[in-house]
Amino acid sequence: MGKIKLIDENGIRTDGRRADELRPIKIDVGTLENANGSAYIEQGKCKILAAVYGPHEAHPRHLTQPDRAILRCRYHMAPFSVPERKSPAPSRREIELSKVIRESLEPVVMTELFPRTMIDIFIEVLQADGGTRCVGLTAASLALADAGIPLRGLVAACAAGKVDGQIVLDLNDLEDKEGEADCPIAFIPQLNVFSLLQMDGLMAVEEYEEAVHLALEGCRRIYEMQIEAIKKKYRETKAEENNQ
Amino acid sequence: MSTTPQRSVISKILQDDIVKLANKGERIDGRSFDEYRKIKITTGFVEKAEGSALVELGSTRVLAGIKIEIGAPFPDTPEEGVLSVTAELVPLASESFEPGPPNEDSIALARFVDRGIRESKAIALKELCLEPGKKVHVVMIDIYVLDHSGNLIDASSLAALAALLTTKYPVYKIENGQVVKTEETRQLPIRERPIATTLAILGDKLLLDPDLQEEQATGTYISFVSLEDGRICAVQKNGLATITRKMLSEALGIARAKSRELRQLLFQEEETTEQA
Repeated sequence: MGKIKLIDENGIRTDGRRADELRPIKIDVGTLENANGSAYIEQGKCKILAAVYGPHEAHPRHLTQPDRAILRCRYHMAPFSVPERKSPAPSRREIELSKVIRESLEPVVMTELFPRTMIDIFIEVLQADGGTRCVGLTAASLALADAGIPLRGLVAACAAGKVDGQIVLDLNDLEDKEGEADCPIAFIPQLNVFSLLQMDGLMAVEEYEEAVHLALEGCRRIYEMQIEAIKKKYRETKAEENNQ
Repeated sequence: MSTTPQRSVISKILQDDIVKLANKGERIDGRSFDEYRKIKITTGFVEKAEGSALVELGSTRVLAGIKIEIGAPFPDTPEEGVLSVTAELVPLASESFEPGPPNEDSIALARFVDRGIRESKAIALKELCLEPGKKVHVVMIDIYVLDHSGNLIDASSLAALAALLTTKYPVYKIENGQVVKTEETRQLPIRERPIATTLAILGDKLLLDPDLQEEQATGTYISFVSLEDGRICAVQKNGLATITRKMLSEALGIARAKSRELRQLLFQEEETTEQA
């Protein structure tokens, strides 16, 4: 640590951003033909696809719950998504992330409307560059909305962290690896609550609260882009219909 | 793949009771909201392990054992020892634990304990290198949950720390390219003492050190790992509920105060056992 300078004397980060700037984000909703709902996000060099299937019959059947739908979530990285090939078998990290992502999405899904069914959420990281759990969550929440599943709100996720002693927004891979701390959060603007809170690294309590505050700002901006992306899909569908 | 788990079996009456009591500022076992259960630490429980500790947190019991072997370092840290943490939710500890390979709950538990130790740089891993890029000490912490009565995170983190603090390992040296074990033993170099503090989220109430019934009633808890100088090195919310910003700050405040209290209590205890 400290060997690589991550923020220069003008306060500019390695990829040219200021401390409170998100990476460039591109969102497409409904990109997959087969899935009931899908979304694709590019955030900096991250390229992530999310798809939702369901609600459908639950299998294995004994998992069924009589009063609500159950959620099944897989966060997975493609073997070629990182510099060293990643084995396609689920790693301990992927198992943990699948769980925290499911737990972050479940509060918004109105599972009580679909008893005895299952909703599948698949997240594929095609290219990883820091913050994949957040980008995956943001995409998965859009895929749920695109599948027409009633939601209490959208989930927007973003990380902030500590890099070269400064609190910065939306860490890239280098900042995540060389920086002091990473603090990913997910926020549900409609409900004004967090559904994901994690942190690893070293921070004073005040710095942590500052990071949460900054990440929250990031989530709010991402939320606006999510809404815009959903609207865009319907504008395009409408335009297509008009042309026919 | 992570699937919504079966809800734990807890009677509606008990669940309502826990909520009603909480609204009156009370808990089912009579504790205040910010009170830990009784903590007992027995170090050196397993003599064959390089370090071990049995932690009793109320009736939750967790045993941590440490083994140290010689192995290869990670390519990106050729001059550092290796740390690995695994957790076993032993079937005898709860009716909800099944035999088999680690599931997401045991992986999440182990990874949180790992994060507390790793991110705080509690172990001086740089001192555990024998031959850069080739041979280093591998510190393996195994968390063994023996009786699950709630708050496995705090009990496991404490057991791991207590075990680390008592770990002694044989000194190895390299002779003609061979790793040779010597008679000498050395204390594992520990630089920080990370303490985990967990609070259950019940509506707008925060309950420190939830027992099993409270955990089942709320399903959601938040954990922090704090260091001596007040910094934190890990945060994790578990479960389906959500939390407001205000409650997060409140939880941080309680965790900060309580970890300090716990630290004092534990170190005093340590001093007395040393004197004895």
